[in-house]
Amino acid sequence: MEERFAEGNVRIPAGCAISGFIHRDGRLSDGGAIITSIATMRERSNGLGGGFAGYGIYPEYKDHYALHLFYADKVVKRECESFLEERFDIINLSKIPVRKTPGVVDAPLIWRYFVRALPTRLAESQLDEDEYVSRCTFDINTHMKGAYVFSCGKNMGAFKAVGYPEDVGEFYRLDEYKAYSWIAHGRYPTNTPGWWGGAHPFCLLDMAVVHNGEISSYDANRRNMEMFGYKCNLQTDTEVITYIFDYLVRKRGLTLKEACAVIAAPFWHKIERMPEEERARAEYLRRNFSGLLITGPFSVILGYKGGLLAINDRLKLRSMVVGEYKNTTYIASEECAIRAVAPVLDRLYAPEGGEAVIAEVMR
Amino acid sequence: MNARARAEFEILKDRERCCDCGLCAKQCANGVYSVTKEGGWRIADEKCVNCQRCVEMCPTGALKVIKNRNAPRSDGNWHLQAVREIYKQAETGGVLLSSMGNQSDMPAYFDRIAVNASQVTNPPIDPLREPMETRVYLGAQNREVKRDANGQIKPEGGALRLEVPVMFSAMSYGSISYNAHAALARAARELGTYYNTGEGGLHRDFYEYGANTIVQVASGRFGVHKDYLNAGAAIEIKMGQGAKPGIGGHLPGEKTVGDIALTRMIPPGSDAISPAPHHDIYSIEDLRQLVDSLKEATGHAKPVFVKVAAVHNIAAIAGGIARSGADVIVLDGWRGGTGAAPTRIRDNVGIPVELALASVDSRLRAEGIRNRVSLVAGGSIRNSADMVKAIALGADAVYIGTAALIALGCHVCRSCHGGKCNWGIATQQPELVARLDVEEGVRRLVNLVTAWKHEMEEMMGGMGINAIEALRGNRLMLRGLGLSSRELDILGIMHAGE
Amino acid sequence: MEIYAKGMSCEQLNEAVRRCTDKRIDIRACNGQRFIACAGAGRSINVYGVAGNGAGAYMESGELRVYGNAQDALADTMGGGEIYVFGGCGDAAGYAMRGGEVYVRDNAGYRAGVHMKAYDKQFPVLVVGGRAGCFLGEYLAGGIIAVLDLHNEAAPLGEEAARGMHGGRIYVRGEVGVPLPECTAARRAEAEDMRLLEPYLRKFCAAFGGDVNALLADKFTVITPAENARAKRLYVSN
Repeated sequence: MEERFAEGNVRIPAGCAISGFIHRDGRLSDGGAIITSIATMRERSNGLGGGFAGYGIYPEYKDHYALHLFYADKVVKRECESFLEERFDIINLSKIPVRKTPGVVDAPLIWRYFVRALPTRLAESQLDEDEYVSRCTFDINTHMKGAYVFSCGKNMGAFKAVGYPEDVGEFYRLDEYKAYSWIAHGRYPTNTPGWWGGAHPFCLLDMAVVHNGEISSYDANRRNMEMFGYKCNLQTDTEVITYIFDYLVRKRGLTLKEACAVIAAPFWHKIERMPEEERARAEYLRRNFSGLLITGPFSVILGYKGGLLAINDRLKLRSMVVGEYKNTTYIASEECAIRAVAPVLDRLYAPEGGEAVIAEVMR
Repeated sequence: MNARARAEFEILKDRERCCDCGLCAKQCANGVYSVTKEGGWRIADEKCVNCQRCVEMCPTGALKVIKNRNAPRSDGNWHLQAVREIYKQAETGGVLLSSMGNQSDMPAYFDRIAVNASQVTNPPIDPLREPMETRVYLGAQNREVKRDANGQIKPEGGALRLEVPVMFSAMSYGSISYNAHAALARAARELGTYYNTGEGGLHRDFYEYGANTIVQVASGRFGVHKDYLNAGAAIEIKMGQGAKPGIGGHLPGEKTVGDIALTRMIPPGSDAISPAPHHDIYSIEDLRQLVDSLKEATGHAKPVFVKVAAVHNIAAIAGGIARSGADVIVLDGWRGGTGAAPTRIRDNVGIPVELALASVDSRLRAEGIRNRVSLVAGGSIRNSADMVKAIALGADAVYIGTAALIALGCHVCRSCHGGKCNWGIATQQPELVARLDVEEGVRRLVNLVTAWKHEMEEMMGGMGINAIEALRGNRLMLRGLGLSSRELDILGIMHAGE
Repeated sequence: MEIYAKGMSCEQLNEAVRRCTDKRIDIRACNGQRFIACAGAGRSINVYGVAGNGAGAYMESGELRVYGNAQDALADTMGGGEIYVFGGCGDAAGYAMRGGEVYVRDNAGYRAGVHMKAYDKQFPVLVVGGRAGCFLGEYLAGGIIAVLDLHNEAAPLGEEAARGMHGGRIYVRGEVGVPLPECTAARRAEAEDMRLLEPYLRKFCAAFGGDVNALLADKFTVITPAENARAKRLYVSN
C-alpha cells in the first residue's frame, strides 16, 4: 500500500453497519451479544474494519484514564512510553490480551495504560484533567508517527481492527469483558485502510462514536473544528463528528439534545412553524453554530459515560431502528441485528430524521 | 426585445443560385424559412440552430449559415455568449438548458499526450500482415480457479466479449429516435460489441439484439422488469453521467408519447422524472444491495456495470464500487454528451475523464483490486487516438456516444433538447425520424468503428504490441506535452523527452 | 416446502428458494436475509420472522407474506403480485413500483411509495395500516397509496409528503396534518374516490382483520396532482 493513499493522507468515505445496546438498570453483560448483533449485518461491511466500545469494563480502575494504543514498532513504543511517563502517573500497563484469529492479520503492538495526570504537570498546564488528557492524545496522534491512542476514557474502552467485526470481537476476547453498554461497527470503506486506527469507534475521552454514511459537509465542519484546536488526522467523517460533540457538549456546555439540534438542525420551514419560544431557541442554535450543521447521510451511535445517544441526519438518509426490552435499549442499522440478540421486544421503532434518542443508566 | 441580438447565426441565401424550390422550408423543422404574403422568402435567423440540414439539402448550393456578423459589443470578460444567456434568463426566468457535451476550451488532456513507437531496440509490427488482437473481455476477472473431479479447470463467470474495445454508450429511446436505436443495435451486432439502452427501457423490436445489448437501470427505473433485466448481455446501474453529475432527468410529458411511453412503461403524456439519487442507494453498502438484488433477479448470470460521473473523489468512489460486487466500472468524464442538461451543471461540474481514469486505475492498483473489475472510459472519446490513450492510461474499453451520433449524421448543433432534430436522431417526430436511413446508419457506424480498429492496430503495431492486454495500463507508452508536473503525476506519465 | 433459515446466509437461502419447485414455500426463523422473492413469479412465499432488505424486489406475480416486520427497500421496482406484511416496514418501501399490491399492517418508514407509476394494466397499490414516515410518495407518478392511521400514534403522515407528485393518488384517513407542496391538491374523498379505494381496503381487512364498512364510512382525504402542476416551465433553451 502506497503511503500517499494511507489513512489520513486521503479522504475516505465509508458506508457501514452500526449496533449498540445499553442496560438501563446498570446490569453488566459480556461482549458476546454485541458480536452476534453486528455479525448479522455482514452485508453492510466489507471486512476492512470492525470495532467495539464497552462502558463499565474497568471497574477496578474506574477513576483512571484507560489509554489504548497501537504501536507500529518497539522503537515508537519506547518513545511514547517516555512521553507518557513524563506526563502521567501510570498505575498499570499491559498488552491488551488477544486471541489468534484467521480473519485478523498484521496486528500492530496493542497496549493499555491506566493513568492519572501527574499533579505537578497538571497544575502547571492550568487545564482541567480531561483537557490535559485530550491534549496529550492529540500530541501523540499528530506528532508521533507510528503511535496512535485509540481510546482514552475512564472505565470504558474501544477495541478495533481491520477485519470483519465478528472476527475483531473474537480477536480482542470481548467475551471476557463485562459492560453496561456496548456499541459496534462494521466498516465498508471505499479504500483499504492503511492501519487499524481508521476503524470505528472513534473515541475522545469518554465519548465513542460509530457512524454509517458519508456526510457532504465534511470539509466545512473540519475547517471549523481545526479552528478550535482539533486535529482531524484521519480525514474520516466519524472523527469530525466526535469532535463536534466533544466541542459542543464538553467545551460549550450544550446538552446532548441541543448538540443534536445543531448538527441535525431542522429545516428553516420547519423552524418557522414552531411555537415562538421553541422557534427562537432552534433558530439561535442553528445560526450560532452554523458551521457545525452536518448534511448528507449519517446514522450515529454515540457512547458516553452512563448513556447512549443515537441520531440520524435530518433527512434520515440512513436506516436505524431502536428496540426496547425490559431495561435494555437496542439500536442498530437493521432490525435483524436487534432480533438476533433480543427476539422478543416490548417496542420497536424507527426514530425520525434529526430526532435524538437518548438512553441512560438509571440512577 | 433582444431577439436579433440573441441570434447566433445568420443565413446567407444566394439569390442567383436559389431556384425557389422551397426545399429548405420543408427541411427545416425549426421554422426558419417562410413565405411572406408578397411571395418572397422570410428568414428568421434567430430560430436557426445551424444544423446544416438546409445547406446540405439545397439542390443548388444557394445557402450558407455563418456566425452572426452583427456583433453586439463584448469584451474579454463579458463574452457575447454570457450576455446572450442573461438576455434569455431575464426574459424567461428559466434555468439554461443545453445539449451535448461541455464545450468550454478547458484542456482536453488527450490532446496533450503523445503515443510511443518502437525504433531499433524492439521491432514494430505490421498489422496488415501479422496477427493483431483487439479482443477484450469485460467482467468476471481473477476468479478462484475451480476444478472438477478429474482435476480439469471449470471455466465460469459470464464475461462480455468485445471484438473491438468500443461500445455505444447509453442513449435512451426517447432522447434519440427509434431509427437511431435500430442502427446502434444492428451495428453492435455486426461489430461484435454492445450498445446501451439508456434509461428508456428496451423497445420490443430490439429484444432480438439482446446478446449485444446492455440494459440500463437508472433512478427512474423506467421499463425495468424481470424480462428486461434478463434480455441483455449485461446490466448497467447508472449512478451518474459526465454531462450532469449529481442531477436527475426530466422527459416532459409532451415527449412521452406512443412507443416511448410504452417502452418506458408509463402512461402516454406523463412526465418521466429520473430522481437525482436512486432512492434505494444513499451509501456505498446500498449500492452493493442493488448489485446483489440485480444479480438475484437474473440468477447471477449477467455482469453488472456501475456507471459514475467523474467527480473529485472518484478514486475512492471507484474503490467502493470495486468492492460492491460490480464487474465493470464506467467512468464518464465532464465532456460527456447528453440530450439535455442544465448549462451550468454541464460546464462546471465534474472533472475530465483522463484524470479520473488515471487516478482510479492507480488507486485500484495500489489497493490490489484493479483486477476485480474492468474499467470503461467515456466522456468525449473523439477518435482512435483518444481510445488508445485511454486504454494505455488504464481503461479496458471505451464508450462512444456523440461520435456514434456524428457517424449517423449528427452535425453537433447542440439542440437535442428541442426535439426537432432535422437529421432524425434526437427527435420523435415521425417525418423527421424517417430521414435517418437505418441501413445507411448501420453501414456508417460499422465503417467508423472498423476504421478506428485499423488505426488502433497501426498504433499498437508501432509500439510493438500485438494484443490489447499489453496496451492496457501501459503508461510508459505515453508522454505528456506541456503539462505541469502535478498533471503528469496524476496521469502517471512522464513528460515528452524524459 | 419449508426452509429453516436460522444461520443461513442470504445467498444460501435464496439459492434454496430458487432450486425449490414447490408453489408454496415457508421460510421459518428468518432474520434479515435479503432479497426474498426477488423477481419472484407465481409462487406463494411465507416468511416467519424479519424479512431483510429488498424483499419482493422486481417481483412479477404470486404472493409474499411476512409474519413479522420487513426491513428497507421492500417491493423495490415491483411489477406484480401481492405482498402482505403482518408488521411494519422500513424505509423506501415500494420504490419505483410499477404494479402489484403491498399491504403493510403497521407503520411504514421514510420514503414509502417514492416514484410509483402505473402502466397499462399494471397499477401499483401501497396500503399502510399505521402511519407513514416523511417523503411519502415523492415524485409519485401513478397508482394508489393509502395511509389508514389505524393505530392513532401520531399524525398519519410525516413531513414533506408528496413532493414532486405528478400522478396517482394518495389517500389518508382523516386529515393530512402536514403542509403539502404546491404541485398537489387535497380534498375530502367522495363516493367515487372511495369506490376506487374499496377493493384494496377489503383486501387489507381480509388479511389483517378490521371492519371494512366502518373504514369505508370514515372520512378520507385524497391528494392528487394540482391541475396546473405541469404548466410551470423551469427551463429555457440555451
